[in-house]
Amino acid sequence: MRYAMAIDTKKCVGCSDCVVACQTENNVPIGYCRDWIVEETNGTYPQLEMELRSERCNHCANAPCVRCCPTGASHIVEGGIVLVTQNDCIGCGACIASCPYDARYPHPDGYVDKCTFCYHRVKKGEKPACVEVCPTKCLYFGDLDDANSEVSVILKKRKYKTLIPEAGTDPQLYFLI
Amino acid sequence: MQSRRDFIKIMALGTGALALSGGLFAFMDPKREDGRPVVALDYKTATYCEICFWKCAGWAYKTEKGELWKIVGNDDDQHSNGRFCPRGTGGVGMYNDPNRLKKPMIRVEERGKQVFREVSWAEALDYTAQKLSGISAKYGPEAIALFTHGSGGKYFGDLLKAMGSTNITQPSYAQCRGPRDAAFLATFGEQPDSPEVTDLRDTKCLVLIGSHIGENMHNGQVQEMSDAIDKKATIITVDPRFSTAASKSKYWLPIKPSTDLALLLAWIHEIIYNEYYDRKYVETYTTGLEQLKEHVKNFTPEWAYGITTIEPDVIRQTAKEMSNAKPAVIIHPGRHVTWYGDDTQRERAIAILNALLGSWGRRGGFYRPSKKTVPSYPHPEFPTPKTTWKDWFPGQYPLADNPVSNAFVDASIPTKERDAFLKAWIVNGTNLIFTIPDQAHTLEAIQALELLVVVDTMPMEITGWADVILPECTYLERYDSLRDSPHRKPAIALRMPAMEPAYETKPAYWMARELAKRLNVGEYFHFEDQADLLDWQLKKMGSSLEELKKKGVITWDREEDDLFFANGEKIEFPTNSGKIELYSSAMEQAGFDPMPKYTAHEEPPSGFYRLIYGRAPMHTFSRTANNPNLTDLMDENVLWVNPKVAKEWGLKNNDPVFLKNQDGIQSDFAIKVRVTERIRWDSVYMVHGFGHKQKQLERCFGKGVSDTQLITKVKIDPVMGGTGMRGNFVTFIPQVLA
Repeated sequence: MRYAMAIDTKKCVGCSDCVVACQTENNVPIGYCRDWIVEETNGTYPQLEMELRSERCNHCANAPCVRCCPTGASHIVEGGIVLVTQNDCIGCGACIASCPYDARYPHPDGYVDKCTFCYHRVKKGEKPACVEVCPTKCLYFGDLDDANSEVSVILKKRKYKTLIPEAGTDPQLYFLI
Repeated sequence: MQSRRDFIKIMALGTGALALSGGLFAFMDPKREDGRPVVALDYKTATYCEICFWKCAGWAYKTEKGELWKIVGNDDDQHSNGRFCPRGTGGVGMYNDPNRLKKPMIRVEERGKQVFREVSWAEALDYTAQKLSGISAKYGPEAIALFTHGSGGKYFGDLLKAMGSTNITQPSYAQCRGPRDAAFLATFGEQPDSPEVTDLRDTKCLVLIGSHIGENMHNGQVQEMSDAIDKKATIITVDPRFSTAASKSKYWLPIKPSTDLALLLAWIHEIIYNEYYDRKYVETYTTGLEQLKEHVKNFTPEWAYGITTIEPDVIRQTAKEMSNAKPAVIIHPGRHVTWYGDDTQRERAIAILNALLGSWGRRGGFYRPSKKTVPSYPHPEFPTPKTTWKDWFPGQYPLADNPVSNAFVDASIPTKERDAFLKAWIVNGTNLIFTIPDQAHTLEAIQALELLVVVDTMPMEITGWADVILPECTYLERYDSLRDSPHRKPAIALRMPAMEPAYETKPAYWMARELAKRLNVGEYFHFEDQADLLDWQLKKMGSSLEELKKKGVITWDREEDDLFFANGEKIEFPTNSGKIELYSSAMEQAGFDPMPKYTAHEEPPSGFYRLIYGRAPMHTFSRTANNPNLTDLMDENVLWVNPKVAKEWGLKNNDPVFLKNQDGIQSDFAIKVRVTERIRWDSVYMVHGFGHKQKQLERCFGKGVSDTQLITKVKIDPVMGGTGMRGNFVTFIPQVLA
């Protein structure tokens, strides 16, 4: 099993619903977030292009954050989801420094926090909160090993890219372009 | 005029209120193993959202400990399809906001200074009733007006009607969608409604005239525009700003601001002279094609090019795209369309285009809405008022089918010739200071009032001018009327309290009923508990409160299969002629151009830029500006400035600047510059609703600039009274930092 997410940049309007839905679902304190929006504009008026992306942890198959964690708090579970065990985390911040995507933040309670792909929901067969809430339905989630999962199906149909592939982390967020 | 009222900053909390808040704002226990709350299944309460007018139905979840956890959409709801927008998802912040109004307050004079005194509900209501009764006795009940936005309007409206006043207004008409309603009524005899009856999900071509779907987060529309993108619909966006929608468009037409009507007329010209229109539809359902053809004869793409800066080929190509898609094409009526004072005429051109392409009543165009009528509990007839707002200024705004809020403001200011028509305002859920342009004029009206009652959840600017403040609980803490908005299928939705009202806040229904009892019109509010009224209504409709609490939403099939016009269907349109009027007899009878004409609007003087404003997806006007969850997403507005302009002024990203408008009005605060190619060089852009002056709005006080403050030149639409607000120009006053 290999969980992955596809984000359709052609549909995303950058509304930040994924951000606030994650915050309420996962009790992320106000002032912090596990996912965020990036807007990239190119060109000069009126020849312009804009890409909007909902970004979060890439749940890398080759995750530097897991390799560098001195306590084993950062670990990989079923389906390749990268998690942090709060009680084992000493908040040293090595993982934060190692992540090319800046996907982790120091939680005010002393541990490092990040996107879990809503593991607690996924375990129950539900989708991550951000996927379920997105008004543009631009987020697709599922198992890449299942050819019929919505993420496998959309990746077969559409062109996509990953972010910072040169970091060699084998990221599992696919941006449809 | 003598200032009767001082602006009062709402006092800091009394200790009582603080004690009440104990525990309410404590975050859920983050020490739990996975950081998440445990939730009991039956902790799910039906609601529909009040953060905006879309009123999406959903579920409020609580934790085991009884704390509010999250709000999610109801899968059976046509407004949300199970997906709330960021504002609805962040609705928890409206409940949790520690700056909420907490206790009733009355303006009193103490040692020569005006202050608010916290009072009991009994005292606040007795005082309000006594004042209203006095004003009614002295000037007649018609001297009492209601300004409203949201669910509470129904109850205070009934209170006014019971007293004998029908002077009930919503700024959402004359400050927002009025011109399109008037224009579509004049053309089709019907309005685009709310939610709009646009069949976006099946459209093949969507044309947006300044409408920025995606930034205006009208949930169903955003969802369906996304469906249309999936289905490869052609999107054409006309906007001087590279909006989010523009970035999703096949064609972005970066129009010179204020010239949209010229473009629309050129499109009409192209569509008629190339016979792109839906011939059978136009022949069967419309009247006035010959006059229209003659009228637009000279409005060629070349003519429009000189006005709009949009190249003739692009105008031709986009007209062809619309034609290819017809009738599955939507020239979107928009929502906030009070721009230049000839807005009804611009919207008429939009309506005409839709009529020519045969999209009204067609799949992929506009559908026929359907709604379920919720029965009213029998009560005595409302008394007939001696005068209504239409009598104040005879002949003014003849095609306004809704009371015009700015006319209410005018009517509240006495002149040499006459006394003020209005002496008391009840204001519910609308921060008029940030809603109605020309703040000085609004304040002049407020100063002349004998009573201003403000019912709100937050200490918005309008509360600072109130005589009485009645703190309303949020939508998460109350029942409200059943939502019965029209949609593809008739449906109703329930709002019930997920939480007990915090502090000493109360539902608007309760307030209106208590006032009614004191004013001897209690018979209009039979039920003490609104839940009993809902149950009575639901039982009449074959359901029950019990059932709706479980389902949240009930949707029925349409009685007939008539979502769209049937082939060859005979239709009598509710216009003078019974036809769709390309040539409007209603406009002609009222003394206006029966077919739209382009008029040039004023351009910015040298060194000034047109002030354009709009929406951000995470906020609803100024009402969410202090919501902790939503300020976390966006806590201030910024000023979009084209790089060429920024260079000329030496402005860099994040530079704070004050703004001054053409009338010398300077912004209260500085706004940060955002240098971006996404805005034309002759305009600047900001999101509406920031720049709050009320210090008790702790999170948003002093953040950004209020566009409304800078909108002092107002072009009134003579057809329906809309306040055109896009004819204001600003220049920069770079902030000198010590």
